[in-house]
Amino acid sequence: MRARIAAAFALVWRYLLAGIILRFAKKRKARRSRELSASEEGTVQRERKLPASARAEAWTAALLFAASLAGLAFVAIYAFDDANTQLLGLSIAVALALVAAALILAAAEVVPQETLEEPRPNFSVDGPKSADIEDFSAHQQEEEAALALEEGADGVTRRRLLGAAGAAAGVGIGAAALAPLASLGPAVGDRLAASPWKDGVRLVEENGMPVKAGDLEVGSFLTAFAQGADKEQLATSLAVVRVQPEELELPEDRADWAPEGILAFSKICTHAQCAVSLFRYPLFAERSPGPALVCPCHYSTFNVLDGGERIFGPAVRALPQLPLRIEDGELVAAGPFSGAVGASWGKVREEG
Amino acid sequence: MRRARRIAMATLALLLGAFAIAAWAQPQSSAGTTVTTVSRPAKLVDEGRALFETDCSSCHGFDAEGVQGQAPSLVGAGEAAADFYLRTGRMPLGQIGDEPLRGEPRFGNGEIEALDAYVGSLGEGPPIPRVEPARGSLREGMEMFTDSCAGCHGIGAKGGVAIGGYAPPLGEATPTQVGEAIRVGPYLMPRFSEETITPAQLDSLARYVELTQHPDDAGGFGIGHIGPVPEGLVAWLAAIVALLLISRVIGERLGGGRADDEAEEPR
Amino acid sequence: MTTRRVLRTVESRTGATGALTKALRYVFPDHWTFLFGEIAMYSFLILVATGTYLALFFEPSTAHVIYHGAYAPLRGQEMTKAYASAVNLSFDVQAGLLIRQVHHWAADVFLAAITVHLMRIFFTGAFRKPRDINYYVGLTMLVLAVLEGYVGYSLLDDLLSGMGLAIGNAVALSIPVIGGQLGVLLWDGRFPGGPDFFSRLFFVHVFLFPALIATLMAVHLALVARPHHTQFRGRGRTEGNVVGTPMWPAYALRSIGLFLAVAAVLFALGGLVQINPIWQWGPYEPYLGTNGAQPDWYLGWLIGALRLMPHFDVVIGGYDLIPNPFWGGVLFPGAVFGFLYLWPTIERRWTKDQRPHNLLDRPRDNPGRTAIGAAVFTFVATIFFAGAADRAFVQFGVPYEDQLWGYRALAILLPIAVFLATRAVCRRLRDGGAHPGRDSGARLVAPPREVVRSPAPRVPDRE
Repeated sequence: MRARIAAAFALVWRYLLAGIILRFAKKRKARRSRELSASEEGTVQRERKLPASARAEAWTAALLFAASLAGLAFVAIYAFDDANTQLLGLSIAVALALVAAALILAAAEVVPQETLEEPRPNFSVDGPKSADIEDFSAHQQEEEAALALEEGADGVTRRRLLGAAGAAAGVGIGAAALAPLASLGPAVGDRLAASPWKDGVRLVEENGMPVKAGDLEVGSFLTAFAQGADKEQLATSLAVVRVQPEELELPEDRADWAPEGILAFSKICTHAQCAVSLFRYPLFAERSPGPALVCPCHYSTFNVLDGGERIFGPAVRALPQLPLRIEDGELVAAGPFSGAVGASWGKVREEG
Repeated sequence: MRRARRIAMATLALLLGAFAIAAWAQPQSSAGTTVTTVSRPAKLVDEGRALFETDCSSCHGFDAEGVQGQAPSLVGAGEAAADFYLRTGRMPLGQIGDEPLRGEPRFGNGEIEALDAYVGSLGEGPPIPRVEPARGSLREGMEMFTDSCAGCHGIGAKGGVAIGGYAPPLGEATPTQVGEAIRVGPYLMPRFSEETITPAQLDSLARYVELTQHPDDAGGFGIGHIGPVPEGLVAWLAAIVALLLISRVIGERLGGGRADDEAEEPR
Repeated sequence: MTTRRVLRTVESRTGATGALTKALRYVFPDHWTFLFGEIAMYSFLILVATGTYLALFFEPSTAHVIYHGAYAPLRGQEMTKAYASAVNLSFDVQAGLLIRQVHHWAADVFLAAITVHLMRIFFTGAFRKPRDINYYVGLTMLVLAVLEGYVGYSLLDDLLSGMGLAIGNAVALSIPVIGGQLGVLLWDGRFPGGPDFFSRLFFVHVFLFPALIATLMAVHLALVARPHHTQFRGRGRTEGNVVGTPMWPAYALRSIGLFLAVAAVLFALGGLVQINPIWQWGPYEPYLGTNGAQPDWYLGWLIGALRLMPHFDVVIGGYDLIPNPFWGGVLFPGAVFGFLYLWPTIERRWTKDQRPHNLLDRPRDNPGRTAIGAAVFTFVATIFFAGAADRAFVQFGVPYEDQLWGYRALAILLPIAVFLATRAVCRRLRDGGAHPGRDSGARLVAPPREVVRSPAPRVPDRE
């Protein structure tokens, strides 16, 4: 609450400072200046006004003194209550704002106000060479530079040969620099496809305890891992859910992948690799969308009943499913995933 | 002989009485245990049934067995479900097929207790959990919430999209309601049994939810606790606007005038 | 007296007082919109200063530790050293949270200031010869700044930024042909990355990119100073002169004042308005996710694109050769930046105008450019707002799926509408001679009698 008031106060204060400066700006007592005459010929014209406002000078000094107080306040707060981020920030911000206001006020009301006019430097113009006298000096510089460069090749007879040799060297060395990238080839595929899951690998919870099938009721949602594997490895984590066995619509070759209605899918979205951490399971299926896993990044939605097919969102590939079986009441993998885990890349097949 | 028998009977009676008193005086184990409290008084259940028949049976059926395509059966739904839906005003539903959203409860406290008792008497459903946040662990609560709840409700419990539903912010959720929702799995929410989220873990989760209702904003004004969207708004609407204003004060304007110059003729 | 003494010291050691005089008398056209680049530059300076302080305490290590610091809910949780050191910065280092927040606010404001500056450059035609090279330098700084910010907030390894890195990896993987190698190369292995990944990010963020940006910034300033700053048309202002305020004393004071004002705004925000409270997000693990995770604002256009893009990819021979994230994550930003980089060339060809320009257009003076720029901006902005559709659903109840379809339609139709409307408005304003800052605009005045003659003809508006 205090922080909110402080934030509002700071905002008001900033606009107040701007207002102070504007207000002063309206009450100028400057001497009238002569108009800046048309200067197409490029003669230097000057216009100079001396504000000569004692009030503005007094204000500038006052602002600067106030700023020093605020700065000292910062030091004091830092020494005695440095955990108070709000007061620390406010004090230094006020100090900076006061100095800023002082400088801006001085720039507008204290120091001489000048408008100068100068010719611009000339650069060469592209296109047809201009006969304008203005462009001549620039063009001459260009010519001198070109001559200087060309002189460097005086006496060199086999320019073509040397040029070709230089190009060849460049290609050779460039290829040498890029070659190590190619050796990433097969290793890339292996690394991106690594997975700890195969027949017999036990499912465990985050605390390492095996997942018991009996603990999961219909509508359950659990994160599980491969026993003994690195939890951070993308392929290790699973989303385990339970539905009514009658609801299942798995394809024929996966008919026995979901014992007692328990399904396991990769927890990593096939779109952009976020964790698929939403599970929706309807309490009243007749009036609600069906059971699905949803990814919170771009809302790709995967139907759990038919093996993880995508039903909404930008994902294309289905969520990889892990076949399960129950051994002594505990969940165990019955084989590897149905498809590649994680986001797609060139070597990933559409359908696993 | 008769005196011995009398003494024996008296002793037996005393022992039985003592046993009965001892049994009755057993302290209820706490820590979020699912307390099957005193068996529902029949009077309360009858009251509930009467209320049900007038206000709920049109959708849920006269015997609460549900109506095909309209409303689910409440047999086995449990006290927790009734209590959750009624106290948060999600039931009665405005229209069949609407998503149940939090609102003003339609029934008073006594009526809700009666309806709870009635629904609880229909089959074996989850009872109202006793949730004590103070006994929970914030660390465990935060870890579990991140793993099981943040995907829908957001890590700060400010609510989220659940494609097909709305995962509400938990700013108004009481600890009991948190526990009930976890056990019941309302609308599209998954369900967590006592094996997956133990009563002690329920306390921790409730404690974390309480924290999200008053987060530690050491950095100042929390601007909604939902991250970069309000932060970007502040960067543009506060900082950039202020800096543009300051630039306008400092610099010239169109036509060659500064803030302090007299207006010149239009070109 | 001391002034002269100092100057004599400098002159006898460096011979630089001639250059100093030139600098002191250097003329700056003084329009307020010319200050936007300075706002960006001063934000960058504050980023470097606060970043130096933070780098002294931050540990870019993915080694796992148990947290035992001041924030209770995290105590006992396992996390990376990177995240733990960031939380320690927030709670256990003196003024650490203030500096952290100033740094993050400065990053957001830095990119916003560049955006405003870029718009000013574009709509006034300041990118035309001889400043087209400088324009490319500026665009490159923008690209670097976006990446620098992304890498910076990802270093903290909190739940939100970790999810963002996962997406970044997927986008890298989605690049055809080289994506797999690129992803493995950058991340030192598969996501979440090998042991070197975080120290690489750290090096990129605290040295490599800041050095590149600083170097480009020096080049950028030199390329502004050499031909002198552009100016708007006005009395006495021609293609061949520059009219304005000399550096000393007024302009220098204003500039330093602006720097201090930027610092004041950033420190006020850093102290009073919370940003990126990582202790509330918790540490990142690849198997954790939260609803409503968003990138920082300057990447919002990409999350919008990734969410809006329908679910198709290019499959050849069964292989996923162009996965879906490519469209929103690579093609879309590539097209936008391609447009920006190519625009000076396109406009030169289209207007057949090869001459240099030192006088600026008002946006209305070139209806074609202004309309196209406004249309492209609208396209990007629509997709940007689409990225926050989920928060709009939670806040205002508009169904998310419907919003997606709405935004898809708007992304196509709105730019067309904006193009036509902008062009019409520009033409009307230009031909009418009314000035928005002074006239009500209701009456049409005759074109001003005093036509400012300048060597370069006004760029004609082409169909």
